[in-house]
Amino acid sequence: MAKPKVATTHMTGCFGCHMSLLDIDERIVDLIQLVDFDKSPINDIKKFTGPVDVGIIEGGVSTQENVEVLRMFRKYCKILVAVGECALTGGIPSLRNTVPLKECVEEAYLKGFTVVDGVIPNDPDIPLLLDRVYPCHEVVKIDYFLPGCPPPADAYWAALTALLEGREPELPYELIKYD
Amino acid sequence: MASKARKIVINPVTRIEGHAKVTIRLDENGKVDKARMHIVEFRGFERFVQGRMYWEAPVIVQRLCGICPVSHLLCASKAMDIVAGVDKLTPTAEKMRRLLHFGQTYQSHALHFFHLSAPDLLLGYDADPAIRNVIGLAVEHTELAVQAVKMRKWGQEIIKATSGKKIHGTGSIPGGFNKNLSIEERDFLLKDVDQMIQWAVDGLNLYKELYMKDIDTLGPLGSFESNDVSIVREDGALDIYDGKLRARDKDGNDIFDMVEPVEYYKYIKEGVRNWSYMKFPFIVSLGQEKGWYRVGPLSRVNNCDFIDSPIAEKERQEFKALGKGRPVHSTMAYHWARLIETVHSAEKIKELLGDPDLQKDDLLLTGERRPEGIAIIEAPRGTLFHHYRVDENDQITMANLIVSTTSNNQPMNESVRIVAEQYLEGEKITEPLLNLVEVAIRAYDPCLSCATHAVGQMPMHVTLIDADGNMLDEKVRD
Ligand code: SF4
Repeated sequence: MAKPKVATTHMTGCFGCHMSLLDIDERIVDLIQLVDFDKSPINDIKKFTGPVDVGIIEGGVSTQENVEVLRMFRKYCKILVAVGECALTGGIPSLRNTVPLKECVEEAYLKGFTVVDGVIPNDPDIPLLLDRVYPCHEVVKIDYFLPGCPPPADAYWAALTALLEGREPELPYELIKYD
Repeated sequence: MASKARKIVINPVTRIEGHAKVTIRLDENGKVDKARMHIVEFRGFERFVQGRMYWEAPVIVQRLCGICPVSHLLCASKAMDIVAGVDKLTPTAEKMRRLLHFGQTYQSHALHFFHLSAPDLLLGYDADPAIRNVIGLAVEHTELAVQAVKMRKWGQEIIKATSGKKIHGTGSIPGGFNKNLSIEERDFLLKDVDQMIQWAVDGLNLYKELYMKDIDTLGPLGSFESNDVSIVREDGALDIYDGKLRARDKDGNDIFDMVEPVEYYKYIKEGVRNWSYMKFPFIVSLGQEKGWYRVGPLSRVNNCDFIDSPIAEKERQEFKALGKGRPVHSTMAYHWARLIETVHSAEKIKELLGDPDLQKDDLLLTGERRPEGIAIIEAPRGTLFHHYRVDENDQITMANLIVSTTSNNQPMNESVRIVAEQYLEGEKITEPLLNLVEVAIRAYDPCLSCATHAVGQMPMHVTLIDADGNMLDEKVRD
């Protein structure tokens, strides 16, 4: 029987949620036995050849490209799990929602203390920014939410092993309390 | 003849990850004109941190990077020490911070070399991409992969013991630190310390062997001569937590030296290009065109006069000999320098763990509030600058952050351009070209793309486009 497939992606987050997944340490070897990362969508979006069992999303939605990626993941993943505050609520990056985007961009590229000859980046090779940073569930349906900044490695382990075995994850309080 | 110009787009991080994308532009003669690495992410910390209380800055800004959050935590704390009116921490607080920082440097360097780069080096750049990753490494070199996992884990345990959590802990606060190290925590970390030093030395020896064996390829790969920037201790020693700014040119001559961190903005400024969300820092006296510089392990080991731990210092001298009296400019020597620093971190951790100051209770100082704080630290990937202004209500009114990867922005573009020059055959996109672009970028590590590689293969998507936007060729590698 083919191993279940897992895909992960990073959108507007800090990669800490991925790093926390790595903190399962030696269990990474067990995880490799359990699932297939090969040919998963992590490799290339065009390679979504078939359904993926579990998709893991880190980060919120702040660019037009994030929206496309998230929709792709929804389309191809049977179960979609949003991990970390950024994916769940927009997190720290969504602090920018309290300020007009224009001001944020001008601060960085025109008014920055050490900036000289500032311009606002606008080349077609870089994606457009959205007005706000959105949580994932405002863009697509999310099946499970794993809280934390980042979720602890043990929470990943408990949730993933359950989902891969077709059980409902049971997360004790210690794994979902904030810090 | 604009229509003859060609543009190759490499999307090494996949569209899914969407953080970096490379275009190589060819001129009318099909020669490599320039390479651009587009950073496609923008978050706006400098603006939205305004209005927050100054003591919140360390925990907010560390969310810039989940791979080296400790660097941001510490750099913001150092800047806010000044705002809190504290010029010198208690010995316990300073040593706790240093322990935290060495723990991070150890784990981050181990991750960078073993998880991200060793697969290319040990399995071969041309190995099947499906196995040329940490998973393949686990299959083919199980012992090494398990050792790599344990090295990173130990570094993470140090971070947890000092800051309470492996990722985005607290610990460091303006004016000091909020805990000391218990005897139990100390002993837990001490029991593995000799093994960790040994594994770091083994890793260094392994890399030296690989590098020397393949020096004709690895030496010039993506290499060019550049300026180096780092901080150094007042006596010239390598110091990744605190020091003064030093910039040296390609021959090793000072451009400036012993510059106080508070003066940084007189020496370093940033340019902006409309095709990247990442800015382009440069040394003011040399101007935008010529003033770009490298940061990170290579620059630090080049710039320092000595390393104050015995094994690492011996290794530094051997490394220095590579440059034959000049700084080492080989891009792939980044890993070599990185592993010297890994050894150094483990040596210093051992020294700190033996220091009884870590069990003392004198942790926090206060002073007279000041309106501005500037600090510089050496993050694993290079010099990091934080600069804040705070009003009388304790709210931040200005923030300027120059992060390590930003300083390496132009150098990464240069490396890609040179790899393309070295390996582009006509207008054909070849497998070796793709592989080596990846390898060169990974020597610096634009954090995000490399981390992707930790759990899956770094994929490549290359399109050859003419100046009118017509696609001439496409290559997707899974
Ligand atoms: S939730 Fe926290 S750890 Fe995860 S991406 Fe966001 S800031 Fe980083």
